[in-house]
Amino acid sequence: MELYRSHVLICGGTGCTSSGSKNIEEVFRAELSKYNLTNEVKLVRTGCFGLCEAGPIVIIYPEGAFYSHVKVKDVTRITEEHLLKGRIVTDLLFKESVVDSKVRSINEVDFYKKQQRVALRNCGVINPEDITEYIAFDGYRALGKVLTELQPEDVIEIVKKSGLRGRGGGGFPTGLKWEFTYRAQGDQKYVACNADEGDPGAFMDRSVLEGDPHAVIEAMAIAGYAVGADQGYIYVRAEYPIAVHRLQIAIDQAKEYGLLGKNIFGTEFSFDLEIRLGAGAFVCGEETALLNSIEGKRGMPRPRPPFPAVKGLWQKPTLLNNVETYANIPQIILKGPEWFAGIGTEKSKGTKVFALGGKINNTGLLEIPMGTTLREVIFEVGGGIPDGKAFKAVQTGGPSGGCITADYLDTPIDYDNLIALGSMMGSGGMIVMDEDNCMVDIARFFLDFTVDESCGKCTPCREGTKRMLEILEKITEGKGTPADIEKLESLANTIKSSSLCGLGQTAPNPVLSTLRYFRNEYDAHVHEKRCPAGVCQALLSYLIIPEACKKCGICANKCPVGCIDGVKGKEAYKIRQEQCIKCGACMEACPFKAIERK
Amino acid sequence: MKSLEELEKIREEALKKVDIRHDREGTRIVVGMATCGISAGARPVLMALVEEVKKRNLKEVVVSQTGCIGVCRLEPIVEVYRPGHEKVTYVEMTVDKAKRVLLEHIVNGNVIDEYTIGAVK
Amino acid sequence: MGREILTQENYSRLNEIILQHKGKKGALMPILHEGQKIFGCLPLEVQKRISEELNVPMAEIYGVVTFYSQFTLEPKGEYTIGVCLGTACYVKGAQKIIDKIKREVNVEIGATSPDGKFSLEATRCIGACGLAPVLTVNEDVYGRLVEGDVPGIIAKY
Repeated sequence: MELYRSHVLICGGTGCTSSGSKNIEEVFRAELSKYNLTNEVKLVRTGCFGLCEAGPIVIIYPEGAFYSHVKVKDVTRITEEHLLKGRIVTDLLFKESVVDSKVRSINEVDFYKKQQRVALRNCGVINPEDITEYIAFDGYRALGKVLTELQPEDVIEIVKKSGLRGRGGGGFPTGLKWEFTYRAQGDQKYVACNADEGDPGAFMDRSVLEGDPHAVIEAMAIAGYAVGADQGYIYVRAEYPIAVHRLQIAIDQAKEYGLLGKNIFGTEFSFDLEIRLGAGAFVCGEETALLNSIEGKRGMPRPRPPFPAVKGLWQKPTLLNNVETYANIPQIILKGPEWFAGIGTEKSKGTKVFALGGKINNTGLLEIPMGTTLREVIFEVGGGIPDGKAFKAVQTGGPSGGCITADYLDTPIDYDNLIALGSMMGSGGMIVMDEDNCMVDIARFFLDFTVDESCGKCTPCREGTKRMLEILEKITEGKGTPADIEKLESLANTIKSSSLCGLGQTAPNPVLSTLRYFRNEYDAHVHEKRCPAGVCQALLSYLIIPEACKKCGICANKCPVGCIDGVKGKEAYKIRQEQCIKCGACMEACPFKAIERK
Repeated sequence: MKSLEELEKIREEALKKVDIRHDREGTRIVVGMATCGISAGARPVLMALVEEVKKRNLKEVVVSQTGCIGVCRLEPIVEVYRPGHEKVTYVEMTVDKAKRVLLEHIVNGNVIDEYTIGAVK
Repeated sequence: MGREILTQENYSRLNEIILQHKGKKGALMPILHEGQKIFGCLPLEVQKRISEELNVPMAEIYGVVTFYSQFTLEPKGEYTIGVCLGTACYVKGAQKIIDKIKREVNVEIGATSPDGKFSLEATRCIGACGLAPVLTVNEDVYGRLVEGDVPGIIAKY
C-alpha cells in the first residue's frame, strides 16, 4: 500500500502546461529524489484548477497551500521549506490566500467562494490518468446503480426530473432528448458526445476532458443503457491534444476494468466507445454537421427534421449531448434529481461552467449556480477589470451570442434571461471588454470568424455574412455611410431567419447586439469618422503636442516612412498626416509622452 | 467489472490513497519538522502517524507538518488540535510513543499526560 | 524545401494505417489524420492511393481534405507559427502580434516564408485564454505576449 504524507498537485491543464507546468513537475521529481522524499511525497498531475491567470498552479495537501505563478526556481524552495521542513512558503502563495499573514485554504479564496462545482468537481482533485482515483471519488457507482437497479425508463425519468438542459448552448431539455432517442425505432442506436468546442475563448469542455475524462465516459455508458445503444462516439477537436490523449488513456483503462465492453457489472449491457477527431471546422460543432464529420464526410449540416434522435449517425437514431451535459449525469443519478433541481433558477437548473477571459483579473474557469448575477461573476469571482479601467461589456455565447452592458450586470444568469438581452448562454465563453475595446471592431472580428467558418452550403450564410463583413470593414475604415447601418440591420435579420443551421442563424447576433447597445459607436465611425476607443487604425491620427515636445528628434528617427519634420533642439516636431501610416512607432519611442493618438 | 461489490472494493482501496485531499473539520495532528525536529527524528514519527491513521481508517484526522515549534531541545514535538479542546503538545516523541498517542488519545480520547510538555518541564 | 516525402517507406506506412481502419465505419477521417502525420501533408498522389485502397471516389476525398482547415495539400515550413486569434487573445492585442511577425519574418498569414523556414497561421482558440495573447511555434507555447517579445522568439529558431 502506498502511503504518502503529502500530495503535491500540479495543474496539467492546457493553460498551465503552456506556461511550463510540465517542467515544474520534472524539477519537483528531481528535488524530491535529492532529498529522499520520493516515498513520502506524491506528485500528481491533475486537470485544470480553473484559475488559469495564476498559473502554473501547485497545491500541496494536507495543508491545501495554493502556490501560484510557480517558476522552476521556486521549486527548490518549496521542496526545502514546505515539504522538508514543513514551513509554507507564504510569499509564493496566491496573494489572496494570505490575509493578515494568515494562510487561508483555497476554498476561501474569492475566486472559489461563490462557486459550486458539479461538472468540475474532480478537476484539479484527481489524477485524470488513474481510474482508481476517479473510483475513489464515487466514480462508476452511478453506472453500477443504473445497470443493476434501474430500468431505462427510470433513468430517463430521473434526467427529466432533474431539469438538466443542454450545456452546449441551445438549452434543450436533456431528458426529452433521451426520451426521443429511446422511443425512436431502430435496430441499431448510437450515443455521441459533442466535444468540438469551437467558440473562441471557451474551454470548459476541454477542461472537463482533461481533468475528469471518466465522468464523460461513465455518463455516456449510462445514456447508452437508457436509450438502447451499444456504441458511442466522442467527437473531439484536434486542437486539444492533451484532452484527446487523456481521454484515450481513460477509455483504455475503463476497458481494462470492464467498465466498457461486454456484460458490464455482470449484466446483459455492453457498451463501447471510440474517439473521432475533428480537423478544424467550427461548423462541426453544429449537431448534424458533426454527425456527417464522424461519418467521414464534409462537415456540412443536414436539414432538420429529421432530428438526430430519429435519423442520426448512418441514419440510425442517435443521442448527441455536449461534454458538460454528460459530466452532470453521474452526480444526478447518485444524489437524485431533487438535489440537482434544487440548484439554480426556476427554468434553468443546476450549475454552469464559464470560461472567463479578456480584460479581467482572474482569467479562468468557474462553475456557478444558475441565477448568479453577472456582477458577482465579473467583480467578485473574476476580481474586476485590471489597470483601473472601466467595464464596458461582457460578451457571452461566442460568435453566436452578443454583448451585455453595465446596465444589465445585475441580471441573474440563466438561459432565458440571456436570450432576452439579445445574447445567449452558448457553450459558456465569457469575454470581458473594457473602454479600450471598440465594439464595431469586435462585431467585425466575429463576422470575420463566421465568414471564414461558413460551410458554404446555404446562400444566406455563405453570401450574406460576407456582405455584412464588407460593410463592417467599410465602417471601420471610415468609409461608411448612414445607409450602410440600415443595410447591415436588414441583412442581419434576413440571414437570421433564412439560414439552414445554427451557425448562420446566429451569425448576425454580435452585430445586432452591438447595434442595440452601442449604436453611438457605430454613429461615431460613420458620421464623425472617429473611433472612440482608439482601435480602428484608419480612423486614428497621431499628433505631437507642441508644448510637450522637447525637440529631441527621437520620433523622427523612428518613423519608418520619414514623415516627421522638425529641427533638433530648435523647432517642435510635426507629423505630416497624409503620409503617416499610423504604425504608432513614434508614440512608443517618445520618452516625454508628447505624442497623442486621437 | 462484474459486480457492485467489486467496484466498492476498488473504491475503498483507492480512497486511502487520495483521502488526504479533503478539507477536514476533525482532529489535526501536527509534527514539527524544522531542521531541529528532523535531526531529532521527527520524520519517522510523522510517517508512523500517517501510517497509523490510514491503517485505522480515521477519516477525520489530518496529519500535517509545521515548522519550528520553538522548544528545540524537546524535539520531536507533536501537537494535537481537536475542535473544542485545548491544544495538547507532546514532546520527545518516538515512533512507539506516537503510535500510543494515536491509539489512546486520538482513538480513545485519553491524553497521555506523561508525554506532554507539562510533564517534562 | 526539396524534402522528398513521397517515399516508398511512407507509402507502406500509409498502407498499414489503411489496413487498420479499413472496414470500420467512417474510416476516412482517421486515415487522413494519420496520413498527414506520415507525409506532412496530403498531396493528390496520397489522396489517390487512399481512394484506390478504400474504394472511395477521389472527388469525395478531395472534398473532405479541402473542407477541413487542418488538412493541407502542400508541405508547411520547418516551423509553424500559430498566433491564436480567439476572442480572449484578440481583445488583448493578438492582431498587433501578428502584424509584427509578418514584418519580422516576411510572411503572410497562411503562407510560408521565402526561405521555407516559417509558416504563419492565425489559429482558432487553443484554450490557453489565461495566457492571452498566445502564440505557438510547433509544440512550444509563448504566452502573455507584447509586441516586443516577437523578435526574441523568432531568433530562437
